[in-house]
Amino acid sequence: MSNTIELIREEALASILDVNSSDALVEWRSRFIGRKGAVNGLFNTIGTLPRDERAAFGQRVNALQSKLTEAYDKREALIRQRALAMDLEDGDIDISLPAHPRPKGGLHPSTRTHREFQKIWADMGFHVYQSFDVEEDDFNFTLLNLPPHHPARDMQDTFYTANPKVLLRTHTSPGQIRAMRELGAGGSQPIRVILPGMCYRQEQVTARSEIQFTQVEGLAIGRNIRMSDLKGTIAEFAKRIYNPNAKVRYRASYFPFTEPSMEVDVECFLCDGEGCRVCKYTGWLEIAGSGMVHPTVLRNGGYDPNVWSGFAFGMGPERITMLKHGIQDIRYFWGNDLRFLKQF
Amino acid sequence: MRVPISWIKDFVDIDIPVELLAERLTVAGLEVAQVQYIGLPQTDVPGVRMPRADHLVWDREKLLLGRIVEVKAHPNADRLVLALVDYGGEALEQCVTGATNLFGYKDQGEITPPIWGAFAMEGAVVWDGHSEKARHMTLKGKELRGIYNRSMVCSEKELGISDEHEGVIILDHDDRYAAGTPLADILGDVVLDIEFTPNLARCFSMIGVAREIAAILGCEMRYPSFEFVAEGETIAGQVCIEIREPALNPRFTLTLLRDTEVKPSPFWLRHRLKLIGQRPRNNIVDVTNYITFEVGQPLHAFDYDKLADRAGGTPTIITRLPEPGEKLETLDDVERDLGAETILVADTAGALAVGGVIGGGETEISDSTRNVLLEGAAWNNINIRKTIKDQRVYTEASARFSRGVHPSQAILGSTRGIELMRQLGGGIVARGVVDAYPNPPETVRIELPITRVTRLLGMEVTIERAADVLRRLEFEVDIRGDVIVATAPDHRLDISADSVVGQADLLEEIARVIGYDQIPDTIMADEMPPQWENTDLYIEERIRDALAGMGLFEVINYRFTNRDTEAMLVPDGVASSLPDADYVEIVNPSASDRNVLRHTLMTNMLETAGNNASYQETQQVFEVGKVYLQGAETLPDEPLHVGILLTGRRHTSSWQDADESQVALDFFDMKGIVENLLHDLHIGEFDYSKGGHCGLHPGRSADILLRGKCIGSFGEVHPQVAERFKLTNDKVIYAELEVAPLVRHHRRLHAIEPLPTSPAILEDIALIVDGTVAANEVEAVIRQAGGRLLKSARLFDVYTGDPIPPGKKSLAYALTYQDPERTLTDKNAAKIRKKIIGATRHRLGAELRS
Repeated sequence: MSNTIELIREEALASILDVNSSDALVEWRSRFIGRKGAVNGLFNTIGTLPRDERAAFGQRVNALQSKLTEAYDKREALIRQRALAMDLEDGDIDISLPAHPRPKGGLHPSTRTHREFQKIWADMGFHVYQSFDVEEDDFNFTLLNLPPHHPARDMQDTFYTANPKVLLRTHTSPGQIRAMRELGAGGSQPIRVILPGMCYRQEQVTARSEIQFTQVEGLAIGRNIRMSDLKGTIAEFAKRIYNPNAKVRYRASYFPFTEPSMEVDVECFLCDGEGCRVCKYTGWLEIAGSGMVHPTVLRNGGYDPNVWSGFAFGMGPERITMLKHGIQDIRYFWGNDLRFLKQF
Repeated sequence: MRVPISWIKDFVDIDIPVELLAERLTVAGLEVAQVQYIGLPQTDVPGVRMPRADHLVWDREKLLLGRIVEVKAHPNADRLVLALVDYGGEALEQCVTGATNLFGYKDQGEITPPIWGAFAMEGAVVWDGHSEKARHMTLKGKELRGIYNRSMVCSEKELGISDEHEGVIILDHDDRYAAGTPLADILGDVVLDIEFTPNLARCFSMIGVAREIAAILGCEMRYPSFEFVAEGETIAGQVCIEIREPALNPRFTLTLLRDTEVKPSPFWLRHRLKLIGQRPRNNIVDVTNYITFEVGQPLHAFDYDKLADRAGGTPTIITRLPEPGEKLETLDDVERDLGAETILVADTAGALAVGGVIGGGETEISDSTRNVLLEGAAWNNINIRKTIKDQRVYTEASARFSRGVHPSQAILGSTRGIELMRQLGGGIVARGVVDAYPNPPETVRIELPITRVTRLLGMEVTIERAADVLRRLEFEVDIRGDVIVATAPDHRLDISADSVVGQADLLEEIARVIGYDQIPDTIMADEMPPQWENTDLYIEERIRDALAGMGLFEVINYRFTNRDTEAMLVPDGVASSLPDADYVEIVNPSASDRNVLRHTLMTNMLETAGNNASYQETQQVFEVGKVYLQGAETLPDEPLHVGILLTGRRHTSSWQDADESQVALDFFDMKGIVENLLHDLHIGEFDYSKGGHCGLHPGRSADILLRGKCIGSFGEVHPQVAERFKLTNDKVIYAELEVAPLVRHHRRLHAIEPLPTSPAILEDIALIVDGTVAANEVEAVIRQAGGRLLKSARLFDVYTGDPIPPGKKSLAYALTYQDPERTLTDKNAAKIRKKIIGATRHRLGAELRS
């Protein structure tokens, strides 16, 4: 019988050297150390042996089993190592093949800019106040210190509705009056809001002008709001939206609903103020109209202009988006060509 | 307005570079839109950014004032002459020239009095006068028809002053300049193009701009003389004025010049008018234009004799509103129907001019005019604005009167104008002025405590400094304690008499002149307002994020449409399910197909899909936007909707799975999007019913019910609607939901389920039911029967056909049993399974498919 053990050992250890695949390895294992393998066959013969030989025989079969298991483990490791080496060696894919398209969506560039604005203004304590697109003439003009036939009404071409007292807002400013009346508690509470929204002007649609566009208006009312606060606040915004070192220029201007009024220019970030086509070689980009809220507007919002003061500003997100992305044609915004929208 | 610096220097000395001046004006509110250089170099000023000018800089050595001493015939050419020019050199220089305006001097001997030209010597760079395109040329010596020539006398075009190239420049005699003076010192100029905001009406003239410059630079303003030499009979009795509408015509002044000569204006006047873009006509008309631009007071000149003829004696000027149906032929040869509110200048025989806007043809100045009656009047600016709109006529006069010209200016314009006419055309001015001034504006006096200035600007300003600024702007200022008492100067109409508004007006002047750059940047120190949360906006943005996250692109459409386009959403013979509201109608639409505001996002979305169809194999887009529903209130409702559109392939085609990419997007893709959206907002309790949207396929659409109320619909676009929108290639799936119910029902707080600690048992069952049984009914029965331990029941296959009997279908469900607290045994699972099978058999007639 001990011969048999030796024969099996020799055969097993010899044949494993020819085992070169995991399939062959599985076969080898079942032949020698599997449930119906040769080693188990030896164990099954133990009962036929004389009692006194059994222990010694058992020990030898055990030793064989350990030996073969060890050989198996070694061979398995070797085969795995070889397979790994082969995979690393020959398993290259053509990484230049096109990507598998994953579904991808995106927000409209106007939405993206509005969110950026809202984030910055929220950090400075400005809430979003939403107002109506369709407005009363009074709110769009008269209460903002633009009585009928005021020359500044010519600055804006208005869409009028079948009701002569109702129009499409030409700017987000009518929301100032609504915000003051709604949030001001009869002129007794301070306010800090921004008013984003769609505005409408009766214009020829061209690469530079649209019949609808968005604006973001800002309004701060308090007992001690100063023009220096307006400057500081707008400068902070300009730095956040353009760059921390942006130079800002303030120009006197005119808006019926603010006084003093001020245009804010930021150094052209495309040419660092050197002059380029986008800034029309002036080195400056106009980013906001602003000013101290006109006493008449404060009054119309329910505040006593002798006690309360405020500042307001208005910005055009589309224009800023156009500057940031080099968009030459404002019609892209509502044209909704997916070839454009997919670029954001 | 074009503002030549040479003209401004009549009134104020400017000791800073013009580039810096332009910057100072711009930041002070007089926006310099453009700077044009004539012959002078551009200066680089540190800190001032200017577009680089591309102009001709005149060579100070080679472009000189030349006295044209004599003009001789060219021996070999009739169309050329030889001009002998003294340019300050040792000898006269002979120029060969074709200048037609020198031909009259040909072979006349020495010209007296001397005439002066712009002389260019060999090597000078000028514009090529013969070229259509603007290009430079360098003057070189060469023979012209046998005569050697190395110099020239220049036209305006050659110097870049204007496009004129008919003749050469002939300047007026000026004692200050000798032959050989660089031309740059005489004609060199810079013209600022300034844009005025409506509050700067007072600046709409050279004096107006000069006054601002004097205030900004802190230097002295030199007014021109408003004295006039009057040696004729007194004007009283030669003409009368009757003002019938003092509110519309607060003041009317007249002066009279007799025995003058109408002829071309001298060079300097023509030159200035050309610099500002006006065409010179004759000395009388040119003076009216000149004063309009210099003083800011538009003038009108009448032929006095024509007025006398019409009156049959002493003319009376009447300002009045038109008679019904009255007409007037104006200078521009237009016969005008006069609106009821158009203020007229008339006489006893009828209308003469549209007041403050445009003169009439009959009484205008002609070459034979001898006696000139000059009008300087004031008009109500709002009335003039109406007339401009009504008559569609824009003139330099109406541009100024519509912004507002203070009546005090009328007399200044008249007196300076009549004197200039006398100087240029000769004649005798009647003594005195006829001045009707029935409606002078109130004097405005404002009290401004300096503490208010400091508080509102956020900057210490001493009372002396503030007072100084206002005085520089010609306010009359008293300091009483810490209060400034300022009286507005009589050229300003923009300072309000309302005390707090007037204070703001003064504050702006103080801040503007000191310079906004001097105000510090501060952070608001004021009390914080009450804080609140904008839930509407939060949900709106959540919706956008959810949809973009599902692979959809956001679009933003026009909010305009038209009734016919929206009616296309209602197929033939189908009742409309669109909002039963009126439209907000635009009475002046930009285009007839954009004349109402939309009731639904659907038409815009379908149009967008059509526009993109040729470029995109798949479109998955959404819009979150308002619709406008007009009810009984003044303003419409503006509810926010979300529209979603799917069309084309479910997957973008790829080399990896060519087959899969052919599958078209369908109803169930949209259903998945809708459900994901609702789950994202943690809205659990929704349901579907058969679709009721008229624009969708009745059998392949659904309404979305939230607590039993329909909040939107989705499904395949009705084939007829799709056809009308030319979307026939691919199926189009559309959804539109109201946002307000999503805001109302979204859950900000929702508890999560703990992760199970015990294993689940999975098994599949297939049930055969009638073809008419809806899948959600089967699922409902399974869930009810499965109870708490049935974790999920997911439909994974729907099958009809052999061996399933006709009229039946097989629904296969993957079931998951799990008890969070203990491990289920096979026995437990079998029990639940039995219950499910029993319930579906009992309630739906379902059979287990083996």
